Amino acid sequence: MSKVFIAFQCNEDTRPIVEAVLADNPHAEAIESPAMVKIDAEGSLVIKRESIEELIGRTFDLQELQMSLITLSGHLDEDDDQFKLSWLN
Amino acid sequence: MDMHATKKKLGIKEKYAHMTRGLDWETSYQPMEKVFPQATFEGIKIHDWDKWEDPFRLTMDSYWKYQAEKERKLYAVLDAFAQNNGHLGLTDARYLNAIKLFLTGISPLEYVAHRGFAAAGRNFPGVGPRVACLMQSVDEMRHAQTQIHALSNYNKHYDGFHDFKHMLERVWYLSVPKSFFDDAFSAGPFEWMIAIGFSFEYVLTNLLFVPFMSGAAYNGDMATVTFGFSAQSDEARHMTLGLECIKFMLEQDPDNLPIVQKWIDKWAWRGVRVLTLVAMMMDYMLPKRVMSWKEAWEIYFEQNGGALFADLARYGITMPECLKQCSIDKEHIGHQAWATFYQYGGAAAFHTWMPSDDEMDWLSSKYPNTFDKYYRARFTHWRNEAEKGNRFYTNTLPMLCQVCQIPMLFTEPDDPTTICYRESEYDGEKYHTCSDGCKHIFDDEPQKYIQAWLPVHQIYQGNCFPEGTDPTVEGFDPLAKVLEYYHFDMGNDNLDFEGSRDQANFAAWRGMATKNT
Repeated sequence: MSKVFIAFQCNEDTRPIVEAVLADNPHAEAIESPAMVKIDAEGSLVIKRESIEELIGRTFDLQELQMSLITLSGHLDEDDDQFKLSWLN
Repeated sequence: MDMHATKKKLGIKEKYAHMTRGLDWETSYQPMEKVFPQATFEGIKIHDWDKWEDPFRLTMDSYWKYQAEKERKLYAVLDAFAQNNGHLGLTDARYLNAIKLFLTGISPLEYVAHRGFAAAGRNFPGVGPRVACLMQSVDEMRHAQTQIHALSNYNKHYDGFHDFKHMLERVWYLSVPKSFFDDAFSAGPFEWMIAIGFSFEYVLTNLLFVPFMSGAAYNGDMATVTFGFSAQSDEARHMTLGLECIKFMLEQDPDNLPIVQKWIDKWAWRGVRVLTLVAMMMDYMLPKRVMSWKEAWEIYFEQNGGALFADLARYGITMPECLKQCSIDKEHIGHQAWATFYQYGGAAAFHTWMPSDDEMDWLSSKYPNTFDKYYRARFTHWRNEAEKGNRFYTNTLPMLCQVCQIPMLFTEPDDPTTICYRESEYDGEKYHTCSDGCKHIFDDEPQKYIQAWLPVHQIYQGNCFPEGTDPTVEGFDPLAKVLEYYHFDMGNDNLDFEGSRDQANFAAWRGMATKNT
């Protein structure tokens, strides 16, 4: 199995996103570098709108991820409720 | 309009479908193949353009909304940085030389990418890729502009930032990235997508924008890290476009596989060669280092690229053969490139220097197999000579590779003490390349690469002097004339960092910022 990853800028907007991603993906690991945090996960990684909304106390549009996203790897499947990265092998 | 307004808004999948399907039409005054003349000559067969799926499904209204917001954030940071003399918070004025190389070698290519994606969008008969190429084209324009704006602040204070556009079209080391994009742009739209959309964006930009930008943050350059990450957030979309394009071509027709594989092999190697400049920036030009080039390569290329190729294996795609050499090269190229620029420091629009003892210790710890064995003694010797007043500058010009246009500085895969030369013959003339990878590319399309504008050849042919130069006058100094032609300010833009105007100004201004006298 290969790893997928996603990296965000370190800021107040991404803190709850990272928290939600780590809670929803127990197999994921966050690696911090100056100004950025990269989350690696074996096989796949899912970002759920509801989990983020719960932490920030307002509605959240997953396309807001665009604002602080740095990079990602893997096939992306996005709809209104989740943003999923995976490798198919 | 007789559309019923429903209470629930459209989901992004439906919104995207409306945006990219059904808006297209078949032409009637002219046949489709005349309207899209570039769609078939490369041999790629497409049967159903509607099978194209853009994973991000960003519609134009959300695109403008999020891009505008990104811009506002970025420009707030740039203003704050300029207003607070942010440049004096840099770790060390040596750092500036890395971003001089960035401004002259990379930012203008964002503009070429803008043009290239506009052309690709025009030339694809399918509406899905056309919309995606349009957005990427606008993104690339934004990257060129924001980088130039961010770095123009440094032009107020430091040397070497003053004429990037003029330099890009003339200077010997800038022909390396320039020719990469020219090569891609002069191919057809499908090859362009593999060259830039896939190899450059998917496989390589992570190495350029992610660890290097994190390094900018580490070195106190708030402006660069902000434009870098702002640009890279668009790259995340571009990478998915590049990957989608590959999958689409491979799924459309089995005959596309060998063509796609050939392009992947070619452009992976072309990209790897261009990244030599980034290896040197990370290992030598950042005063405070985040990670070594080798570590970045292992994370973003070996691990990530490995995952990607494992995934594409189901279509029959294999890892490019030439990349085997990269696991050897990753321990050498940064050192070899820096050694070359140090020697040619008289002819570069940025300063060079030899690492301090601490920095050499860092390099040995990161490159335990190679740094002490092959490079430390040479670098220490050069440093000692410079301290005695014998700073070494070479006055000859290097032979360039006909394909990647990098001076012949790379070594044989099995012997890091021998320079690697490869030779091909075409139409009775000899052509030289730096590696098996570049030779292979040359031999496949010699008619294309014999046309390369090689800066060293051009200098020797007398094409790189200011107009009206008479090379026969007594005491003619060819190098001085070439630098004049490049718009380099001799003595200020070039030579060693030690004793430079940047070094003196930075020290004086930082002193003024922290003291009252």
